Amino acid sequence: MKIVVNGEKVEVTETVLDAVLVELGHGDAKVATAVNEEFVPATLRAATSLEAGDRLEIVAPRQGG
Amino acid sequence: MPVFYGTDIQSRLMLGTAQYPSPAILADAFRRSKAGIATVSVRRESGGEKAGQAFWDLIKELDVALLPNTAGCHSVREAVTTAHMARELFDTRWIKLEVIGHADTLQPDVFGLVEAAKILTEDGFQVFPYCTEDLVLCDKLLEAGCEVLMPWGAPIGTGLGLNNIYGLRSLRAHFPDVPLVVDAGLGVPSQAAQAIEMGYDAVLLNTAVAKAGEPAAMAEAFALAVEAGALAYQADPMEPRDMAAPSTPVIGKAFLE
Repeated sequence: MKIVVNGEKVEVTETVLDAVLVELGHGDAKVATAVNEEFVPATLRAATSLEAGDRLEIVAPRQGG
Repeated sequence: MPVFYGTDIQSRLMLGTAQYPSPAILADAFRRSKAGIATVSVRRESGGEKAGQAFWDLIKELDVALLPNTAGCHSVREAVTTAHMARELFDTRWIKLEVIGHADTLQPDVFGLVEAAKILTEDGFQVFPYCTEDLVLCDKLLEAGCEVLMPWGAPIGTGLGLNNIYGLRSLRAHFPDVPLVVDAGLGVPSQAAQAIEMGYDAVLLNTAVAKAGEPAAMAEAFALAVEAGALAYQADPMEPRDMAAPSTPVIGKAFLE
């Protein structure tokens, strides 16, 4: 199915969030997630299913002022 | 020294981590600044990039408290979601809350700011609001649960210093027990000293150090400035007056006509 990852359309085969993260190369990365603008804690990723068209944000620590 | 939400900080300087020429210069600037708090952010990461982990490793070595921000957020919802992601990534309840209301001046959307501060406080966050020096706004932020206020000196990144001395002084006088931080707009150390001389607890800056020709030297200059400002404040400065008054005694002056 196609979902939107950080603003870009992406084809994924997995549907559960933690598996999608592994599929996208974030397996052991220090990232936080939001689906359709709602925060999804790391503890809930295994219980969060994605649907076609969902908007997934994946963020990591960065420099800030 | 400032106390934010019960945490003692051993510096009046809070320093941003963005825009440095290199990670090594960033680390050097932090060492010489003696800053007690570093501001950080969250941004999109692509698969396999691992930039977040690299930055995390760098800032852990700085040995300072971390204050994540919601920079660039223009709505309450966006700021709240970003705050939650930052809390998980940086493992802290502190959040520098920015809800930007105007793209040119980057001035806060003060209405959204109060709304977001209330939501986040109820959700267990300890909010450091980036705000204006408006007294009524600051009252509302305290009512919303904020225990720190961070009024701007001037728009972010301008280096214009303290644009409204009266407003900032007035805020200090009205909230004698609330930790106050001048956040944004500082360009040179004298402006930081001026804020601390007025009784502000700390200053937060980034561009003034990161964009200086010698960031580490400028970081040390700011460290010295906030120390000078604090010493001057404790020393109880004289009141300015309009009329001249001789400092050298008049009595005993020789008459040489």
